[in-house]
Amino acid sequence: MSTAVQTSKLNRTYSRLGGLAGIIVTAVVFLVPFAFIFVTASKTRAEASLLEFSWPTEWAFVENLVEVVQSRDYILITAFINSTILTVGSVTIMVVVSAMVGYVLQRRKSRWNPLINFLVLAGLIVPPAVVPTIWVMQGLGIYKTLHGLILIEVAFGMAFCILMFRAFVSTIPRELDEAATMDGAGPVRLFFKVIFPLLRSVIVTVIVVQSVTVFNDFQNPLYFLPGDKGATVQVTLYNFQGQFSTSWNLLFMDILLITVPMLIMYIFFNRQIVAGMTSGAVKG
Amino acid sequence: MTDTLHARTQEAPASIDAPDRTRKARKRSTYPMWFYAPAGVIYGALFVIPTFASFYFALTRWTIFDSEFIGLENFKTFFAEPYLFESLLNTLFYATFTSGAKVVLGLLLAVFLSSQIIARGYLRSVVFFPVLVSAVGVGVTFSVLMDPFDGLINKVLAVFGVEGPGWLTDPDLALFSVAFVDVWRGVGLATLIYIAGIVAIPQEYFEAAKVDGANAWHRFWHVTLPLMRPATTTVIILSLIGGLRSFDLIWTMTKGGPGFSSDVLASVVYKQYQAGFYGLSTAGNVVLFVLVAAIIIPLFWFLNRKEVDQ
Repeated sequence: MSTAVQTSKLNRTYSRLGGLAGIIVTAVVFLVPFAFIFVTASKTRAEASLLEFSWPTEWAFVENLVEVVQSRDYILITAFINSTILTVGSVTIMVVVSAMVGYVLQRRKSRWNPLINFLVLAGLIVPPAVVPTIWVMQGLGIYKTLHGLILIEVAFGMAFCILMFRAFVSTIPRELDEAATMDGAGPVRLFFKVIFPLLRSVIVTVIVVQSVTVFNDFQNPLYFLPGDKGATVQVTLYNFQGQFSTSWNLLFMDILLITVPMLIMYIFFNRQIVAGMTSGAVKG
Repeated sequence: MTDTLHARTQEAPASIDAPDRTRKARKRSTYPMWFYAPAGVIYGALFVIPTFASFYFALTRWTIFDSEFIGLENFKTFFAEPYLFESLLNTLFYATFTSGAKVVLGLLLAVFLSSQIIARGYLRSVVFFPVLVSAVGVGVTFSVLMDPFDGLINKVLAVFGVEGPGWLTDPDLALFSVAFVDVWRGVGLATLIYIAGIVAIPQEYFEAAKVDGANAWHRFWHVTLPLMRPATTTVIILSLIGGLRSFDLIWTMTKGGPGFSSDVLASVVYKQYQAGFYGLSTAGNVVLFVLVAAIIIPLFWFLNRKEVDQ
């Protein structure tokens, strides 16, 4: 009896002390950088230039926000519009075409399956060849265009989506296909009216994970869509780093602006993000 | 491979065999092959063709206007120039260090965050959130925090009487510092994968071990750790692929500098591309491709085989 009481007491102490230690350590390691972004973004130029981790003596949050949005002819607005089109466009195409592949790949056993499975795995592993890709895009006339970049994101993100869809389709009973076919549904109707709606939960996961990936992508926009007109938010931030080296308040305001959408995503889609990023990732 | 061959030999008689053909035809209508077409066209044009083309263009002197076949000249340059060759070693170091650190820290954090502590959900969220912040944002923030004179890290160290080094300006330290930030950003994902693994362990195992008199350390070493092999496989492979291809963070924090001390293959590819040496840049791509394939494929096979053995 007494030992049981002792251990439960011990457990409670561990629970409190451990949690407390965790809170302190994560606060220092993980929260301080974010707090630093926030306070620096709220300071005046002079105070921000000291790079101190302190509460702003004079709040300039709104002024900084207005200034950073207006800078360089409202490039940030352009960048947010471009990033939104890029993310929405590429994720939509990715979901539809990958779901079609994942569905047929799981349902139909053909001699092409090993080759397709190999290509999907290759898509996860192989680093894209940059200059030859530009060469192909130039040949197709889509280099330095937003729709070209959308197709690039689709091509590079597809493998992950196909794996997710293939795994999920295997949980949908085949009898359903047969019943729908019996009722006279053609393959297109069967897929888009019967199967696709059933994929909803995995579609949400794929959309959330890929949106985060595409929105945060820096390398592909840098290579395939150079120039101010097509700048995405990540490229704009990278360019600001060089230009705003004397006005840290504006630079950090920009970081804050591109981090907030991810924070909102995380608050609303916590479960889907975790599910998508921890499962299916490399399960071939 | 054997599957394809097998299928191919079966295919010939099938075209003569009438009933088999009708069955095939019906199957075709339910799950049509053309469903592969939209994805296949995009993937083939923008991924498969460039990948194959890279093997040819790596052997050429290639400018905007034309390409001239020069054999293995680019690869000779690549392995002869110290600053290019060093990027290969840096890539290996970077990938090994980040993936090793993510495995160790991720596992420890996961064990801690799945034990009975207060504020567990909150702590998990805080550890995971950096995964969602863009590499550029993290890179810019940390290059400010790591500033040798004004940076917060060295200011804090100065309070304790330690003179902090030039994290990103010291050639011996720059790559290590970037790798550290990469771990900071990515450890949350490793932790989450491990937590998912730990949660899946049946509670009876721990109870049985407890009854047998195992203390917390024994339970970790003999129960948790062996059962974490699939999760470890996932973490190692994911972070190695990410680490070998890593570009964003290095480019925003050091641009491969000071000098060439933190250049990796991906940044060399970009630099040579910017300088107009398209052939050399593509050769760098091919080296990266070979490196990734040579590490990931055997590892994948080895780790998965071990799993089957159990």
